Order: sequence, then structure tokens, then C-alpha cells
Amino acid sequence: MTGQALFIDYEYCSGCRSCEFACRNEHDLKADQWGIRVLEDKPWQLDDGTWNWNYIPTLSKLCDLCAEKTSRGEEPSCVMHCQAKVIEYGDYDELLKRLSEKAMSYIIRP
Amino acid sequence: MQTQEGYEWKTENGDETIIRTHAWSPPGCHPVGCGLQLHVKDGKITKVEGDPTHPITRGALCPRCLALKEFVYHPDRILTPMKRAREDRGKDRWERISWDEAYDIIEKNAKEIIKEYGEESIIVFGGTGRQANTYYPLMAFMVFGSPNACYAQSGWSCYGPRATITAHLMGGGYPEIDNACRYQDRYDHPGWEAPKYILLWGKEPLKSNPDGFWGHSVIDLMKRGTKLIVVDPRVHWLATRAEQVVQLRPGTDTALALAMLDHIIENDLYDHDFVDRWCYGFDDLAERVKQYPPSWAASICNIPEEQIIDVATKYATAKHSALGWGLAVDQNPNGVQLAQCLLSLMAITGNLDVPGGCTLGTPIAGDDDPARDMASWGFDAGILKPEVWKKRLGAEEYPGFSMIMNQTHPDLTLDALEGGDYQCRMAYFHSSNVVSGAIAAQPDRWYEALKDVDFAIAQEPFMNPTAMALADVFLPLTTFAEHDGHVQPHYGLNAAFEAAINKAVDVGDCKCDIEIMIDLGKRMHPEFWNQYEGVIDYLEKRVIPKGMTFDEFRKAGIIQPEEVYRKYEKGMLRPDGQVGFLTPTGRFELYATSFPSFGEDPLPFYMEPPFSPYNEELDPKIKEKYPLILTTGARTYASFHSEHRQIPSLRAMVPDPLLEMNPEDAERLGIKDGDWVLIENQFGECRQRAQVTPTIQPGVVHAMHAWWYPEKDPNAPSLFGAYESNINTLLPNGYIGKIGFGDTFKANLCSVTKDERNEKVVE
Repeated sequence: MTGQALFIDYEYCSGCRSCEFACRNEHDLKADQWGIRVLEDKPWQLDDGTWNWNYIPTLSKLCDLCAEKTSRGEEPSCVMHCQAKVIEYGDYDELLKRLSEKAMSYIIRP
Repeated sequence: MQTQEGYEWKTENGDETIIRTHAWSPPGCHPVGCGLQLHVKDGKITKVEGDPTHPITRGALCPRCLALKEFVYHPDRILTPMKRAREDRGKDRWERISWDEAYDIIEKNAKEIIKEYGEESIIVFGGTGRQANTYYPLMAFMVFGSPNACYAQSGWSCYGPRATITAHLMGGGYPEIDNACRYQDRYDHPGWEAPKYILLWGKEPLKSNPDGFWGHSVIDLMKRGTKLIVVDPRVHWLATRAEQVVQLRPGTDTALALAMLDHIIENDLYDHDFVDRWCYGFDDLAERVKQYPPSWAASICNIPEEQIIDVATKYATAKHSALGWGLAVDQNPNGVQLAQCLLSLMAITGNLDVPGGCTLGTPIAGDDDPARDMASWGFDAGILKPEVWKKRLGAEEYPGFSMIMNQTHPDLTLDALEGGDYQCRMAYFHSSNVVSGAIAAQPDRWYEALKDVDFAIAQEPFMNPTAMALADVFLPLTTFAEHDGHVQPHYGLNAAFEAAINKAVDVGDCKCDIEIMIDLGKRMHPEFWNQYEGVIDYLEKRVIPKGMTFDEFRKAGIIQPEEVYRKYEKGMLRPDGQVGFLTPTGRFELYATSFPSFGEDPLPFYMEPPFSPYNEELDPKIKEKYPLILTTGARTYASFHSEHRQIPSLRAMVPDPLLEMNPEDAERLGIKDGDWVLIENQFGECRQRAQVTPTIQPGVVHAMHAWWYPEKDPNAPSLFGAYESNINTLLPNGYIGKIGFGDTFKANLCSVTKDERNEKVVE
């Protein structure tokens, strides 16, 4: 498989939603539209006392992986603005390597 | 000093100009100085982006800056000065006026009031963290010659206590987590190391960017191996990534800290070399904390004894580790002792001013009375008279407070306003939403106490409940996109860098804090203020690094000072160049030699929160009627305290005020997630929506702070719904420690019942 995608390290996605705002700015989207949207797996406690609470960024049909920006050699807007730096843009094959070495992560493309 | 090579603050790109700038406020935030690129076309901001060249934020921005356009061009922004007849206070009956007329009115009133009642009858109120923080004391001291700059939170319980106790114990500066912030190459810098642990105490830095520390750098550090230990009554998201979460009972932090000290000392886990060479009073401290073993603290804090031992051992033995101490240290009548314990923990474990520990700033000034630093400028100019300075409210009663803080004591200010012999005739609300914001306890008391002042001014970007309730003149403020300025994290107490705020656009007829100060200064004291031609001239003469023009300053980008560790070994913490600390003993004072002269115990001790189910002195009827422990004030990404409530995209993130409660309590009380609930205690009541969550323990609830509703009726008594959901109506003034600090914002009591009204009701 070839092409570009996003690698997301959701262990450290803090749920700040900067990616949603950055995407809206970049693509002039309306307030109720999202190119990227952060979903929440709300907090619950495991039997061992540790916690599960995850934010999961997902892509909509409006995401074009910032084709215009990336053609200029820039990062997609969500990647640059992410406060926790958990989104990486790249070739699928490269990202697959990242996936193999990082727990709590996934690769996604629109 | 390092500058950013190749930095361009202004670039042309076809028909648009890109202005690089560094954020402060308005819109409100701490002095984080995040890097922005503002795209400007035909004099309007068309797009807001981060600046990938910024060494700290590296292109990232939070939603509040990303929504900047909505703030700057919001239809409700006030774009011209306004006035209103005094009898129309509380009524939405404003009339637009020119700046000249506004200044004429202010000059006439101020001069008459000063002549009749003295400079001290003018009080300038400031809010929290904003750019105005630097300028509201100067508005008091340098424009009106008044000694009274007031931050209206009971016990001045935000940052001031931590900074003051640091000054007393080690001479100034502020210990901050070492996030490699002074290196251009950041985490790759040779000699820097990631903290082994960060002990995050009563602090959630991701959302608050506290005092200019860029919160998400904690995540940078975690990716580089740092582990977290979180001490918090709430399991926030970051806590779920921690190795340990110490979910203690609200307000009992000092018990935990004392027990950690005891365990570390008893088990010989401390740094003998640092203690021998640099500390004073170790034996006294060791003797004192013996009475506070982990077994005792476990029952007080409602946590396992083994957890206290584990956490103390890890912090003491993993070299090096950092301690991020938060607002919970300040908002506690026992908080001075907590600050003492936490600073002592940093010191005796050898984690002060070392790579991967906490870095120290250098002291504010060589003056033996640091509070005089800003005020002394007023003395030198002949504007602030020394005999007037002596009338500063609360200065005499709280010397341990007033020798470090250049402010009034807030609780004594309220007492004076409510009918003492010290009459406030003029109030200046300088980015401070006193009657419904974040900081004032019992804000309705402040409203009543202030509503009959002879003359009042508000200086804000938007109308808010305080301006609507009280002001006679409204001065419209620019956002940081509309003015030139200067930002440095920690207000300079431990600054990672300095940088320029660069003006990108004009909006309406607004002015910035500095320009208004100069303009009014020229009205009140032209003999002094005529030396400043304008904002740039003022910045060059007074604010930015000496010898630079503002143009040179802004072309330099981020200016980072050199990082020097172990400054106490190098004579860098004292103006006389001697090694050690700037204290009476020249050492870090585990035994605070100055405290007895303030009536305070020189060694730390535990005190049960004044309103707690376990406080034996509290009336049992109160405990029975208000059985839940109330803690307040955790931040969200969507707002800076009472700001941003009218910004649509941010409000959509958190549309309503939320009360977190445990599922057990919710079920027992018949409350479902999303229900409106009534929160009550003997001081007041308000309404919020229940958020049922296991992240808070049974018996404890957490309420959001600083809620008002810009969409509601502006006229009194509604005042934009100022008191419908404001949790501070349940929080009293006057519960403070002997030095003058602390309040009950983090630990009080309440009852919660389902509110049968489905919709919010305007009174």
C-alpha cells in the first residue's frame, strides 16, 4: 500500500482539540464542520486501579491531508498545531514502522 | 543571551502580510508567549497560525489562540470609550464618547477625589495573569499616586503565596520544572537531562499553562522518559498517564507533604551534601516532622500509607526529579506551611537548580524590601509619596505579606470598603471582573461594597458584569494582535525568554494598557510622564533589554538567557555576589527565621481545613447540612477564567458550568449526568450541571469557576447572570493564615440537590 496518512500516538493525545480548530482555520470550515474530530473514550477504572481515558482523533471526508500545504513542503495544519505533538504525517510505509514500535497508536487516512 | 537567527517578524507574501508575534493578553492568558503567525490582508486578520520556529511551542497553539479571529472581530467587542450617568450603574445605558472626553472625565474626578480624600482613596483592581498584571500596580502608583493596587482574591491566593514563601525561604525567583526552555536546541542540549519524575502537585499544566510555563512540555518530557506522580483530588487526564495518582482529600496537602519529609529524613534518603552546605535548620525540621509520620497522614488524607512511602522514596531517590506546585498551594489557609514543605522537599533531596530538577530565577531586586521595587519608581518620580505608601491597606497588619507583595491585603480591603474608616472613593477595574470573575470570594459582597463609590472606571475588551454593575467610564482595550508589547514567562521571576508582541491590525478605537497608562499619566503627572513619547518609547526606556531599540528587539525573536544551574554555588542569587541564598542566614531556610516576626511558626505544621467534615471546631449542624466536600477552579481548554464565554467555538466546547460528582453520590441524590443541580452552603448558592464521573471520589464534588452568561440580560440584578452559576458565592473571605495568605477555594463544604427547573432562570 502506498500514499500518505497520519500516524496518531493516542497515548499522549490530551484532548485539547487544537487540531479541530487548526483544521477549521486552514480549510475555512463552518463551526459545525470538522476535517479532524477528537472523539472521547470517557474515563473508567480497571480492576488494578489504573485508568482508561483516551482521546481518539478521527478524520472526515473534508480531510485532504492539507494537500496544498504539504505540496509546499509544510506539515498538515493539525500536525503543526498539535500541542502534544502526537500526529505525524508521512508515507504509509514509514508510518507502519512507527506503528510497530509504539503502543497505543494507529494510522489513519481519509 | 541567545536570539533567533534568521527570524523575520514581518514578511510579505503576495497581497498578504504575515506578522509573527508572541501571545499574552487580551484574550486572557498567562505570559506564555506562544508563537503566532497572523496573516493580514487589507488591514484584517485572515488567518491565525502557530509559529514553527518558536523554540518552546514549535508551531502548536491552543484553541484560545486559534479562535483569536472570533475574539478580535466579535460583534460584542467594545470599540470606543463610553460613559454612563452614575445613577445608571447596572443599566445598559451607555453613550459613546471620544478618548479625550473619557480622559477629561477621569482627570477631573481623580483630581477632585485626591484633593478631597487623598490618593489612597483610589483603588486599582487587577485580575489574574493578564498583561495588565504588570501595569495595574503602576496605574495606582505612577498615575494616581495611590498605594492601593488590589487583587481581590481572599488571601491573595494565586501565585503570590508561592512567590512570597520562596522569597522568605530562599530569597526570590520561582522554582520551575526544568523543561530545557533556555536552550535553542531544547531537549537535545548537551548537559540537560529529563526529570526522572515530575511530582505534579495540585496543578494541571496542560490546560492552565501556569504562569507562563508551557504546559504541554510535560508531555514532551514524558516522551523522553519522565514519569509522573500526580497529587490531586481529581484524576484529570494527565493523571491517567501517571505512575502514581495520590488522590488525597481536598485541603489536606500539607499533611501529605509533612509525612513525605518525615519519611525521607527518617530513612536517610536526603542529600547530605546539600543540607550541610546550603540549608539552615535541618535538625529543627527533622524534629518537627517526626510527629507527622506516613501512617498519620494516610488517615488524614484518606490514602494508603504505602503510597506515601512509595512516592516519597521515588521523589527523593530518582536523581533528578522536578516538582510542579500549583494553585492548590495558594488556595489553602495552611498553604504557607505547604509551600514551606514543598520547597524543603526540593531542597533536601538536592533537586534545586539542577538539570532535570527545578530551575531557579534570580531574585527580583537587590533591595531589602522587594515590594518597593515597583513602588520605589513612584517614590523616585515624586508621584507616590512615602507617607501615602504607609497607608497601603493591610500592609501594617500583614508584614510578611507586604514586604514581598506590593499590593493591598484583599480581605482587609474588603473590610475597609464595607465600612471601616478608610473610604474608597474611586475604583479602577483594570482587566478585573471582580463581581463575577474567578478571583473574588463572595463576589456579591464586593459588589455591594463597591456600588456606591463616587467614581469607577473599567478597562476591558468586552462588557462584563463588573463594568455593567459599577463603571461610569469604559475604556476599550486592544487585543495582543492590536498592540506592540513585551512578554516574559513568570513575569520575570524565572523567565524562559523575552519576546516582542507585534501589532498586526487596528480594530475600532481601542488602546493598550501601556498607552492608556501613559495618556492618563500625562493628565495626572505631566512633569514625569511627558518623558515618554508613546508605547514604543516606554518599552525601550523601561521594559525591553537595555540598549536595544524595539525594532532590534522584535527582530531578535525569542531571546533566551543562558541557563546556569546551581546558582547558589556561584554567587548568582545574591546582589553582593556571595555564594548561598538571599536570606537572613544566607542559607535555604528549612527553619524560616523571619516567620516569628510575622507571628508565624518558623516550622511547618498541619491544620485541618476550616470547613471540613473532620474539623472538630466546626459546628456539627453545618457538617450535617453540607456533607459534601467542595473543591473548585480546575481549568478547561475553552476559557481563561471568566473570559471567552462569548466566543462561539470555545463556548461550544464547554457550553455550561459543570459540577463533577461521583456516580455513588449522584445515585444516592437522584441526580443524572447533565441534570441542573443546586449547590448550597451557609455562604451562598449557585446552579451548575452535574457531570457524573468516577474521576472524583465519593463525598467530593468539583465545581467550575468564573461562570457568567454574556447572552443573558445585562441589566442589574441579572448582570449577565453573574450570580446564577458562580461557585465563588459559596466561598467566604477571611479564612487566611497568619502571614495573610490562603482561602477555601480548594476545600469547603456544600450540599447538592437536583434542581427541578430545567432551564437556567434569569432572576
